[in-house]
Amino acid sequence: MGAIGVIALNAFRESLRDKILYNLVLFAGLLIGLSVLLADLTITEHHKLIADMGLAAINFIGVIIAIFIGISLVNKEIERRTIYTIMARPISRTFFILGKYFGLVLTLFVNLSIMLAVFLVTLWLYHIPIGLSLLQAVQLIFVEILVVTAIALFFSTFSSTTLSAILTLGVYVIGHLTADVRSMAAKGESGTVKAVVDVFYYLFPNLETLNIKGQAAVGVLVAPEYLMLASLYGVVYAGVLLAGACAVFQQRDF
Amino acid sequence: MDDIVIEDLTKSYTSGWPGRPPYTALGGLSLTVRRGEIFGFLGPNGAGKTTTLKILLGLVRATSGAAFLLDRPAGDVGTRRRIGFLPESPYFYDYLTAEEFLSFYGQLAGLGRTVIAQRVADLLSLVDLVDARTRQLRKFSKGMLQRIGLAQALIHDPDLVILDEPMTGLDPVGRKQVRDLILSLRDRGKTIFFSTHILHDVEMICDRVGIVIKGRLLASGRIDELVRQDHTQSVEIVCQQIRAEGNAFLHSLATRVLQQGQQCLLILPTPDAVDAVVGEIRRQGGRLLSVTPHKASLEDLFFQEAAPGAFHAESHRHTGRAS
Repeated sequence: MGAIGVIALNAFRESLRDKILYNLVLFAGLLIGLSVLLADLTITEHHKLIADMGLAAINFIGVIIAIFIGISLVNKEIERRTIYTIMARPISRTFFILGKYFGLVLTLFVNLSIMLAVFLVTLWLYHIPIGLSLLQAVQLIFVEILVVTAIALFFSTFSSTTLSAILTLGVYVIGHLTADVRSMAAKGESGTVKAVVDVFYYLFPNLETLNIKGQAAVGVLVAPEYLMLASLYGVVYAGVLLAGACAVFQQRDF
Repeated sequence: MDDIVIEDLTKSYTSGWPGRPPYTALGGLSLTVRRGEIFGFLGPNGAGKTTTLKILLGLVRATSGAAFLLDRPAGDVGTRRRIGFLPESPYFYDYLTAEEFLSFYGQLAGLGRTVIAQRVADLLSLVDLVDARTRQLRKFSKGMLQRIGLAQALIHDPDLVILDEPMTGLDPVGRKQVRDLILSLRDRGKTIFFSTHILHDVEMICDRVGIVIKGRLLASGRIDELVRQDHTQSVEIVCQQIRAEGNAFLHSLATRVLQQGQQCLLILPTPDAVDAVVGEIRRQGGRLLSVTPHKASLEDLFFQEAAPGAFHAESHRHTGRAS
């Protein structure tokens, strides 16, 4: 196994031993509790509501874990000085960053898979039809998580844990607003505002592209081309951020 | 053959605020460590020892100067296959068991599964942690952490072992174990470079030492050479049946005169006046009990070098003595 794999598996083991996957219990409780409540409260459309809530919960928990573990991936190693003995080994800094990233991605993948399984079982119990659109939505949620993890890791290579959290959350929120803000700015007359909004639009990730939860909950499929292009966009964006993280990390003193 | 060569190494840290001068951690440090020797890198806290070690391992970049390990530039990734490192007060992945921990470092060193299993068993035995092999490191004492840290530094059987304060936090038994381990490594032809501020450890096991103060090497060489070259030995004379208080002659030769009942202790700054003092004691009818030359220790040298103002006054002396 290569150095990236060794570090990734160790990062995965760390999240298991630190009981990160305990959140799944919270997720399952939340999902089942809400489903019962909604099934009782709503007369019609409770199918859509349960599907909607399930996807939202998967997305929310995935992003929260991506941010809060992502921001400490590198910082914790430096603050706890565990990085000294790792970097004294025949491992390049780039491999270390990639190993940490893929370790967290593996954790998130396992997490997401189990949440999806719980979600599908809940739907089945309530006799709600399981459409392909739900799986499409989960695929793009995973791509969004790849991007958010890369953002958190990027910031954690040069800023403190708290600052990284604030910056990552900021980018996440902006990432979900840029498309709307851009369309609003397009209706206005100010060229400067449009130019500034354009810069934001292209610089920040357009995370709304990866959000198809609303239509997926009512069973509307997106075109396979859209799914592929949106996924590619997310992966490339994460790749660029990882390259940036590696470049910054290369210059750091410990 | 030199395994470590450091040439005029400097490291400055900018303050981050405009107008504030940078902090200099290393100010032109040069030294060499020969193959197969135990070299003690001695200095008070903040002298620049850890910074030097970090530069050697590529954890920190030097501002200027050069360093070479095993004939390759410091920080070279491939060379690290032949280097073992234990940082000061090591922190490790505490969720791993001792076995998993050593196995992880073996994998990072690129060892095969069979070799790792054998090395892990051998090293756990060597550092006396066989019984704790399935215990997570978060349940280890400080001494146990230090020992498992040493084991990880040796997992790939490195040629050069760099240890940052390896005795820190150990009880006397643990210190002896570490000393014995270092000596056994040297016996197997390994080179050991370790930093410490504990003089006793250095005196007991090091072939050569380097004294670093304020980021500069002030002296390096064999301990006996350093001590002999730098310090005139004092002499203690103990005698009986003599009243030394009123004796102006003895007071003029001794730096200290202590009278305790019939017994008198005289401390002479050099051996030159011994004959004169012994003659005076006999003349006065006293009885000579002992004449003890006081050999200057590394501690004396260290404190002299570390004394305020020593940095500027002594810095030039290193030039002809560094090796």
